[in-house]
Amino acid sequence: MSAVIRLQGVRKTYGQGAVAQEVLHGIDLTLARGEFAALIGPSGSGKSTLLNLLGLLDRPSAGEVFLLERPTSEMEEAERTRLRGEALGFVFQFHHLLAAFSALENVLLPSLARNGGRLTPTLRVEAEALLASVGLKPEQWRRKPAELSGGQQQRVAIARALFHRPVLLLADEPTGNLDTQTADQVFALFRRFNEERGLTVLVVTHDPRLAARTDRIIELVDGWILADRSAAPHHPAP
Amino acid sequence: MPLRFEALLALRLLREGRVQTWLILAGIAVGVAVIVFVTALIAGLQASIIERTLGTQAHIKIVPPEERALRALAAGEAEAIAIEQRAQRLRSIGNWPALLAALRQDRDILAAAPIVSGPALARRGAASRAVALLGIEPESYLRIVPTHEKLQAGRFDLSGDQVLIGSLLAADLGAKPGERLRLETSGERARTVTVAGIFELGVRDLDQRLVYLGLKPAQSLLDLPAGITGIDLKVQEIFAAERIARRLQAALGVQAESWMQTNRNLLDALAAQSSSTRLISFFVAISAAFGIASVLAVSVVQKTREIGILRAVGVSRAQVRRVFLLMGALVGLLGSLLGSALAGALIALWQGAGMNRSARGAFELYVSTELFLAAILLATLVGMLAAAFPARRAARLDPVEALRA
Repeated sequence: MSAVIRLQGVRKTYGQGAVAQEVLHGIDLTLARGEFAALIGPSGSGKSTLLNLLGLLDRPSAGEVFLLERPTSEMEEAERTRLRGEALGFVFQFHHLLAAFSALENVLLPSLARNGGRLTPTLRVEAEALLASVGLKPEQWRRKPAELSGGQQQRVAIARALFHRPVLLLADEPTGNLDTQTADQVFALFRRFNEERGLTVLVVTHDPRLAARTDRIIELVDGWILADRSAAPHHPAP
Repeated sequence: MPLRFEALLALRLLREGRVQTWLILAGIAVGVAVIVFVTALIAGLQASIIERTLGTQAHIKIVPPEERALRALAAGEAEAIAIEQRAQRLRSIGNWPALLAALRQDRDILAAAPIVSGPALARRGAASRAVALLGIEPESYLRIVPTHEKLQAGRFDLSGDQVLIGSLLAADLGAKPGERLRLETSGERARTVTVAGIFELGVRDLDQRLVYLGLKPAQSLLDLPAGITGIDLKVQEIFAAERIARRLQAALGVQAESWMQTNRNLLDALAAQSSSTRLISFFVAISAAFGIASVLAVSVVQKTREIGILRAVGVSRAQVRRVFLLMGALVGLLGSLLGSALAGALIALWQGAGMNRSARGAFELYVSTELFLAAILLATLVGMLAAAFPARRAARLDPVEALRA
């Protein structure tokens, strides 16, 4: 299977000179198309830093990040932004929806940013269909985030991350703020899009129970990959 | 519309800002209203001052050339050590009918009137006053200085031996319309005339000294048979008067004085007033700009996380920058629209009050569409410029840092 993203000898250092601190010590990691993986590790292990590098939000101090086999660390910021907008989807712990916009508008916004703001009927219909498929009722589509529950907000955030059909979904503690039942539903959503669309998913979590529901668990400790093991196929083969 | 996405975002962020947005809009509105109102006020005041000044005088006066003492000695015969200036006597303009005809043909000139002026003494009973005689040809002169509109008593009639005198002179001499007075000149000439009317031009010196009479009686009193001492001109474009005067002087070989030359001090004062208006406008605009900049800077801080999300989902730096620039331009535009409405209300209020008052000193504000358009354009531009710094900060936010905020 082809690599969606590949890290090669990636190091990340914060600060300079005497106060310089290396957070990642040479990470080699490949995520293949269609993988559903969990990144676990104690806080301070470098999970967020790694996720920012994978998401092209930050650049490595050394090594290279290949997204769809293209080296990205020397790219212009504008090009990285474009690539981020096309190939990647983000879900954060705190849903991070824009408060001034409705659920539907939040889903559409990244696409509008790319096409210059033209809201076509097709776009609207697709966004509504996606909201429906993540479990939002039509009367909730026009509500502002503040008028939705935490679980509903996270579903909207997932719809926003998936609307432009990215190849890789990066989720940073996406259920950290949700109760167990809602967290399960969110994971089920990830699994569904992973299976239906062949979407590659990487979830950062410190919940071993949820991590166990993925196909691969990558454990990061003190900036090193301590373990990288494939879990037993958790769902029955077709 | 190429900026539709940015505009959508800018509008929403402003709407979300509520109190903050309304406060800055109010600030800009007051600033714009002040600029528009003060500009209209000063422009109206200046127009009124100029109108009053020109209401009693010609735009350009053609006067006889100065008499110069010429060297009467042949060169080498002797050296002149000093040339004494000649006293200027009352003289006529040579060949004036031809000159007058030429002036009336000129495209810049609306009206030309021959005048005869000189000093005299007015006597009535025991009272006597030094006066300035002004012999005119009413048909042409009234087109330049509409004295007939400023009659206080009597009627406008200069036929025969009838004269018009100023209100203060009338009071000094105790003369009423229909009464007679005696005019004497230094040439031992004298004439008894009848006061036909009394005018009030609103200029103390004129109301106290000026006596209007017909061209012919003035010529005979001042010993200038068939002669005139000047030609008064009215031009189309009042601020071109000086240029036209210079042109006439060069083309016709006459001495021409424009009102701009004789009222140099007034024009300087008006120019100073205009620059103080501009200075006020400038500082109002500056303080509005600081207001906009600080509100947007706060907004950038408040929206840091949102900016981070936008950047993460593929919104470019340039787009973020444009969103904030647009926010600045929008508050400038909306604030100035509100301010224009406010200024309109203030102007209407002032005009209403001024009409009722109809006092001397009341004047119309000078209101023009251009003034409003300029204020709106200026405010929009200032808004955008003020947004430049906050917009730069927003665009430079590191998405990783911003998301952590």
